[in-house]
Amino acid sequence: MSSPSPPAPVSCAAAISAAEKVDGFTRKSVRKAQRQKRSQGSSQFRSQGGQAELHPLPQLKDVTSNEQQELFCQKLQQCCVLFDFMDSVSDLKSKEIKRATLNELVEYVSTNRGVIVESAYSDIVKMISANIFRTLPPSDNPDFDPEEDEPTLEASWPHIQLVYEFFLRFLESPDFQPSIAKRYIDQKFVQQLLELFDSEDPRERDFLKTVLHRIYGKFLGLRAFIRKQINNIFLRFIYETEHFNGVAELLEILGSIINGFALPLKAEHKQFLMKVLIPMHTAKGLALFHAQLAYCVVQFLEKDTTLTEPVIRGLLKFWPKTCSQKEVMFLGEIEEILDVIEPTQFKKIEEPLFKQISKCVSSSHFQVAERALYFWNNEYILSLIEENIDKILPIMFASLYKISKEHWNQTIVALVYNVLKTLMEMNGKLFDDLTSSYKAERQREKKKELEREELWKKLEELKLKKALEKQNSAYTEHGILECNTNAS
Amino acid sequence: MAGAAGPGAGPGAAGGDGDDSLYPIAVLIDELRNEDVQLRLNSIKKLSTIALALGVERTRTELLPFLTDTIYDEDEVLLALAEQLGNFTGLVGGPDFAHCLLPPLESLATVEETVVRDKAVESLRQISQEHTPVALEAHFVPLVKRLASGDWFTSRTSACGLFSVCYPRASNAVKAEIRQHFRSLCSDDTPMVRRAAASKLGEFAKVLELDSVKTEIVPLFTNLASDEQDSVRLLAVEACVSIAQLLSQDDLEALVMPTLRQAAEDKSWRVRYMVADKFSEVKCIGISGIENLKGICPADFLLDTTINLSILGLELVSDTNQHVKSALASVIMGLSTILGKENTIEHLLPLFLAQLKDECPEVRLNIISNLDCVNEVIGIRQLSQSLLPAIVELAEDAKWRVRLAIIEYMPLLAGQLGVEFFDEKLNSLCMAWLVDHVYAIREAATNNLMKLVQKFGTEWAQNTIVPRVLVMANDPNYLHRMTTLFCINALSEACGKEITTKQMLPIVLKMAGDQVANVRFNVAKSLQKIGPILDTNALQGEVKPVLQKLGQDEDMDVKYFAQEAISVVAQRLRKLDFPVKDSEEPSIPGVDKNLFLRPRVPGENTGKAQRGRAAPVASKEAVDAAPLRGTNAAKGPHVNTRDTLAQLETAELMHFPQSRE
Repeated sequence: MSSPSPPAPVSCAAAISAAEKVDGFTRKSVRKAQRQKRSQGSSQFRSQGGQAELHPLPQLKDVTSNEQQELFCQKLQQCCVLFDFMDSVSDLKSKEIKRATLNELVEYVSTNRGVIVESAYSDIVKMISANIFRTLPPSDNPDFDPEEDEPTLEASWPHIQLVYEFFLRFLESPDFQPSIAKRYIDQKFVQQLLELFDSEDPRERDFLKTVLHRIYGKFLGLRAFIRKQINNIFLRFIYETEHFNGVAELLEILGSIINGFALPLKAEHKQFLMKVLIPMHTAKGLALFHAQLAYCVVQFLEKDTTLTEPVIRGLLKFWPKTCSQKEVMFLGEIEEILDVIEPTQFKKIEEPLFKQISKCVSSSHFQVAERALYFWNNEYILSLIEENIDKILPIMFASLYKISKEHWNQTIVALVYNVLKTLMEMNGKLFDDLTSSYKAERQREKKKELEREELWKKLEELKLKKALEKQNSAYTEHGILECNTNAS
Repeated sequence: MAGAAGPGAGPGAAGGDGDDSLYPIAVLIDELRNEDVQLRLNSIKKLSTIALALGVERTRTELLPFLTDTIYDEDEVLLALAEQLGNFTGLVGGPDFAHCLLPPLESLATVEETVVRDKAVESLRQISQEHTPVALEAHFVPLVKRLASGDWFTSRTSACGLFSVCYPRASNAVKAEIRQHFRSLCSDDTPMVRRAAASKLGEFAKVLELDSVKTEIVPLFTNLASDEQDSVRLLAVEACVSIAQLLSQDDLEALVMPTLRQAAEDKSWRVRYMVADKFSEVKCIGISGIENLKGICPADFLLDTTINLSILGLELVSDTNQHVKSALASVIMGLSTILGKENTIEHLLPLFLAQLKDECPEVRLNIISNLDCVNEVIGIRQLSQSLLPAIVELAEDAKWRVRLAIIEYMPLLAGQLGVEFFDEKLNSLCMAWLVDHVYAIREAATNNLMKLVQKFGTEWAQNTIVPRVLVMANDPNYLHRMTTLFCINALSEACGKEITTKQMLPIVLKMAGDQVANVRFNVAKSLQKIGPILDTNALQGEVKPVLQKLGQDEDMDVKYFAQEAISVVAQRLRKLDFPVKDSEEPSIPGVDKNLFLRPRVPGENTGKAQRGRAAPVASKEAVDAAPLRGTNAAKGPHVNTRDTLAQLETAELMHFPQSRE
């Protein structure tokens, strides 16, 4: 039996050249198809040393318990040998031996008690490090679209999967003692583990997520370090590279970490919220991790309601200008926040927030408008609006009134009518006042606009005048400067 | 000092006072606070106008404090602000007051958004030059120190970019402090700051005294080059280029090379890649002579590293990332000039050959585009076996940009491969491009033919190119027929009077009867273009009647271009007549020639206009590659060009008298 291996690149290449001969124009699509199927090897550089052939060792269950410990370590050492999975035909026998050994090791640590002795920790961590720590290969497809394209898969997965499996069983074993393990699973180890979250292979990231979660749970001394490193990864992602595959997974872990924060929140955590999580909303690939991100933000607000105002102001600052898809996500997050908001906090942000909502409601993209109008289906939000109708209605009125007449999409027009009706029921008097002053208000705005233009026109004239003056005085000034230099 | 500031501030202050009532600061600030981001942005972009209205005094005392206080805004607004402030020195009263600009820029330099911060740093660097040495130490250096010891990483990151501008003008005591600050940023806690420091290491090294470079920069370099994060290590490698230039050969070998060798074997491909990439930059410093280069890198190291590189190269050649591969392809050819013939054949040739067979067109293209480097060293023949299939495949690539790129290298390749090889293998490709379905390719192919003729001579053109071009005049596809005309336009000059009159002109004239209007008006344009090359008899006897007939065409565009051509041709005929009438003057032998040349000036001008004009037609065609459109549809593309044409025409007219002067 042979281990499942990726399709050999050789055969793909042959297929292409045949297709090319028939029609040069098919190549592009064929290439793309080929690329999607391809998997990546980790850095080939590391496996350049002489390749040792593996010889099968006896089964652990076949030896006496005295010998078991030594055999266990031998097997761990054997599993440190790495193979080139990009070459699907080389070392088939040795690859199979390693696979079987890894399987046996997984079973051995999960079914036996008392096998994880102090002396084994070093070998275990060494074996794990040798297999999973590697420089990730460059992204095959720089404009990778996670919603369209298939991710590139790790070629050595048949082995790596088992190593992760083993790692998890090791961490979860009742015999596992963090006090011993911390000698090996240290900051450097965690650092390397975190870098692996950039792996393009979702299967690997999923394992990493669980592994990191267990480590965070068991190693109290590493917690602050892990948080800080995640912080750095996120900052690099937001402000430098805009690329990191494991953002969603890291956020998921953070969600449960935030959940466990003690009150009152430390300044460090608040800073993380405001300087990392909120700016993260600007990322290009927000769709990939927005759910996890919004969860983290709401977790913070549930812990400490006073954070509501800065968070909402932050979101308003980063409100998407051109990406409607993101705007819909922002509106979703705002609704999640409003769901848990305290009425006193609501009062603090209602004005800027509803100015934005009023813009969204009149968006010409109907999904944005629709998402914003759905707020009026939310009972709690509705009650908040009703309480503050005197403030909110004047902000919302103009846009609602305008689109009820102008919007191209009939669904939106219908929704707006309902919203207007609800608002009218809340305060009929104010509504009538606003209706009657609508035109005057528009005219005042127009006048103001004209005044602005006038002002700028005058400023421009002034600028020209000054430029002329300057030109004229340049000669005289030049003269003076010359005098000065002469004098000195 | 007061004397110098006086006249500068005088008129400004007076203006400010005079406009006081007109522009109270509140109104202007209201503009900067407008609720609409777009309006706010517009106002910020006109900040200089506002400052001008306020005058220098009030800009300093009122506007700048306001700006410093209201830094919390959208990043786009902040970016515009950071940019404006860099050019504000004059508006606050000149260099003596430049330091007033520091507070708002300092706040901007601590903002999270990278582009804002970078712009603020850029403006600060600009302003630093306007400070007097005293002001620099009194205001600027303290700011740099504050940023360098800021709490949040952003301010420390920004500080990294400011050391090198204030260091050279600071006193010795301050210099020591600056170096100390830089050192501590190089070992900062956060990788973001270390990256910023590493990326400025080279720049900072350049302004330091040589001793400090050796005792301080080199250890920093060594540390950064072995940082735990590969993103830091690779930036350190980048800095190595600048440091290497500063050191003597011995120092270089002792201080920098061990680290660099280590980096060439780094476990991260990114770092190794940077070594490869920067290596070629070291090479660029001394491209003129290898000796010069050896001064920078000891020869054995060169060899050593290059062998390393070729291992690395092999690694990268088989790398899965096409960008890594194509970047490598673009630098690797340059190595051959350093290595000499033997080493190139031994170490590099296999790589070139492998890359010529790469599946990614960019990689192959990069190799081919750098062929001249290799040609100098080992001659192109070594490669021609592999070269040809690569060229052929690129020539037929599905992406037209790839095809376009290879066309551009054709003249170069032709020169290096020689006429025989070319005729045998490549000529048919060049002809095939003429009937490509993308206009840009046809156009490039046309220009390519001209360059080839310039290279191989008219005889070659007459035998190989011209007949095949002319055959296309009978093609059923009107686009191909037009290509014939375009080729004639391009080739006539290179081919000369004889070929143009005898072979090309009859075909052009025949095409005047084409049923597609686009072809007919292009005939008119071609006749105008080749007119200067033809002799007067042909012009008078053959061209003029045809143009006159086209001038009566039912299609308005044909008519227009025909009339334009007629006027140019007529002008030329008149000018030729001119010396005959004025023959009382003693004619100098050169006169005739001069006068013959003169009409070519407007001819060349129209040529320019024509190229500009071709563009809109071209793009339309590229999109719509329909082989033949009805006459009505055919009118589509060129009707619009009339306006551009008219504009160009006036532009030419306005330009022309000047150029004659």
